[in-house]
Amino acid sequence: MRIALFATCLADTMFPAAAKATVQLLERLGHEVVFPPEQTCCGQMHVNTGYQKEALPLVRRYVRTFEPCDVVVAPSGSCVGSIRHQHATVARQAGQEGLAARAEAVAERTYELSELLIDVLKIEDVGAYYPHRVTYHPTCHSLRVLRVGDRPLRLLRQVRGLDLVELPQAEQCCGFGGTFAVKNADTSTAMLADKMRHVLDTGADVCTAGDASCLMHIGGGLSRLRTGVRTVHLAEILASTEATA
Amino acid sequence: MSTHAPKGVGHLRGDRPFPAAAKVALADPQLRRNLQHATTTIRGKSGRVIAELPDWQELRSAGSALKAYTMANLPRLLEQLEERVTAAGGVVHWAADAEEANRIVTELVAATGEKRVIKVKSMATQEIGLNEALEGAGITPVETDLAELIVQLGHDKPSHILVPAIHRNRSEIREIFLREMPGVDPALTDDPPELAGAARRYLRETFLSTKVAVSGANFGVAETGTLAVVESEGNGRMCLTLPDTLITVMGIEKVVPAWQDLEVFLQLLPRASTGERMNPYTSMWTGVTPGDGPQNFHLVLLDNGRTAVLADEVGRSALHCIRCSACLNVCPVYERTGGHAYGSVYPGPIGAVLSPQLTGVEDNASLPYASSLCGACFDACPVKIDIPSILVHLRNQAPHPRSEKTAMAAAAYTMDHPKLYERAQRAAKAAKLLGRRGRGLPPPLNGWAASRDLPEPPAETFRDWWRGR
Ligand code: SF4
Repeated sequence: MRIALFATCLADTMFPAAAKATVQLLERLGHEVVFPPEQTCCGQMHVNTGYQKEALPLVRRYVRTFEPCDVVVAPSGSCVGSIRHQHATVARQAGQEGLAARAEAVAERTYELSELLIDVLKIEDVGAYYPHRVTYHPTCHSLRVLRVGDRPLRLLRQVRGLDLVELPQAEQCCGFGGTFAVKNADTSTAMLADKMRHVLDTGADVCTAGDASCLMHIGGGLSRLRTGVRTVHLAEILASTEATA
Repeated sequence: MSTHAPKGVGHLRGDRPFPAAAKVALADPQLRRNLQHATTTIRGKSGRVIAELPDWQELRSAGSALKAYTMANLPRLLEQLEERVTAAGGVVHWAADAEEANRIVTELVAATGEKRVIKVKSMATQEIGLNEALEGAGITPVETDLAELIVQLGHDKPSHILVPAIHRNRSEIREIFLREMPGVDPALTDDPPELAGAARRYLRETFLSTKVAVSGANFGVAETGTLAVVESEGNGRMCLTLPDTLITVMGIEKVVPAWQDLEVFLQLLPRASTGERMNPYTSMWTGVTPGDGPQNFHLVLLDNGRTAVLADEVGRSALHCIRCSACLNVCPVYERTGGHAYGSVYPGPIGAVLSPQLTGVEDNASLPYASSLCGACFDACPVKIDIPSILVHLRNQAPHPRSEKTAMAAAAYTMDHPKLYERAQRAAKAAKLLGRRGRGLPPPLNGWAASRDLPEPPAETFRDWWRGR
């Protein structure tokens, strides 16, 4: 299958490993990956901070860029959530019904990685090898906006060598929330502290998730505390094989 | 003409923005533990009894649909309610805002010649600051809900819709009773049954010697003119049946079309709020009945900003709220900051969308941002209010700081020009030398970096890598 990659601005700029891993994984599974270079950002930060008008060109850019593609994948539950649940609204509020309809059509073909693997490519065992103790944090937007459910866990359970440990109170928000972490830095820090405590309680060496943004937040905290626990994007784990390990 | 709730009266506006008010609670480990314990307990209980109902999702949809219907037909339903209440011997008053409602109630009490009223716990009367208004007119209001009484005697503010004293522990309650409760036994301990006993003795005397009561209403049935209050302690029922005069203050959004609709809400409310299968006390009354219960009944229908909320297509669903407080109990922000940080009688996620709409967004501009948009409130809400979407909608109306506006516009412009975007990506790499993993960043970004390391920008962006393969 020919799959277009939406790398997301955060992974493209700060966490290229997550986007690279997505490419390597899909190619290993025998698919062709394309990267339309006109892509930049889904505009979620603007919408969620109260700048819908500013987000409009970004919605238009996303739609224009990915309209010709049959299937789009992004290594971020949060960005896919925004594409699916906010893009059409932003267009509609600006009175652009035509764009809204096109946005809806593109959104329908845009998938988060675990959705693409399980729902579209119908595969749970991606042939990965990752010999580490891993705990999974179901990010809020994957959990409640996209409803990815246990798809990431089903994928992780098939990874050879991987010791999956359950995260206590997994469904509680890590406190990132985009600009929330800046505007309400103290509250965000308190939420992060509890999340880190739960991660450390598991004894895992690696905390994974389907969102680079939440991992940046949790990882930033774990790094500041010198805990030695790493955050690794789900795509990187699924892309690992015996040859790369 | 729809107007917002007036300034200078009632409790809908805080005196500082949310982040500043939250700091106080965040620095109090005892409060954090009290809140965490209480919310976790209620969450668990509620989750268990909700799981018993196979048709919970259908019930939620039914509740949501009934509310949407009510909002679409509000003027007609309110007029029907007025007509039925009047026909049953009650008197209906319309109050445009807090000042008018306070004046109406104060004059009604003054006309009875009484100097004291007993009160059923009511969000609407807290919203308008009725107690302060009554006190100003030389009338003493006595709260009869136990938690509300603790708050009142402690000269404190409620911090939760359902458990107003959730922030207090029992030794604090003992001290408040010893200091403020008339006739309390000086040997009182902090044993909960003993504390409840002291409150009961005090309240019984008050019930039997007070002739006027003020209540709120959970529901007002347009079809029959029936008002309903649900509660757990039975104090409400005493207030609703013992006095000669009963004055009910009800927000106009509390009307339901028909008696049968209560079937839905009386299932949704207790399970979502206290984790009970039904409310221990459900009291209903229709006008007056000669020789039985209050002989004078007044219903004050309160707007106070509600029609302004109704005018907003997205925001209006905040008026569907049945005040169950489920959204507070699942909110990770509320769990850390408690209710006082929200500066309004409506705290937590529903407060973050309702208060700014009632007052006008400029007056509560920090509240729509008091959420990480995690979505737990939407999942918990028994009438399916999409709080995260309303939060985003209100953020779009909130006044933005000039510097943020400039930065956001610049970022959007850059993101819409791939060449500029790539240049910015390279600049991010250079910032690595300046930022030292986030320390030394300018405000407000330094707030982030106070507790978290920023990642090292990678040597190569994804698109550079892609180009080079
Ligand atoms: S918004 Fe929903 S969950 Fe929150 S108090 Fe109202 S009815 Fe309950």
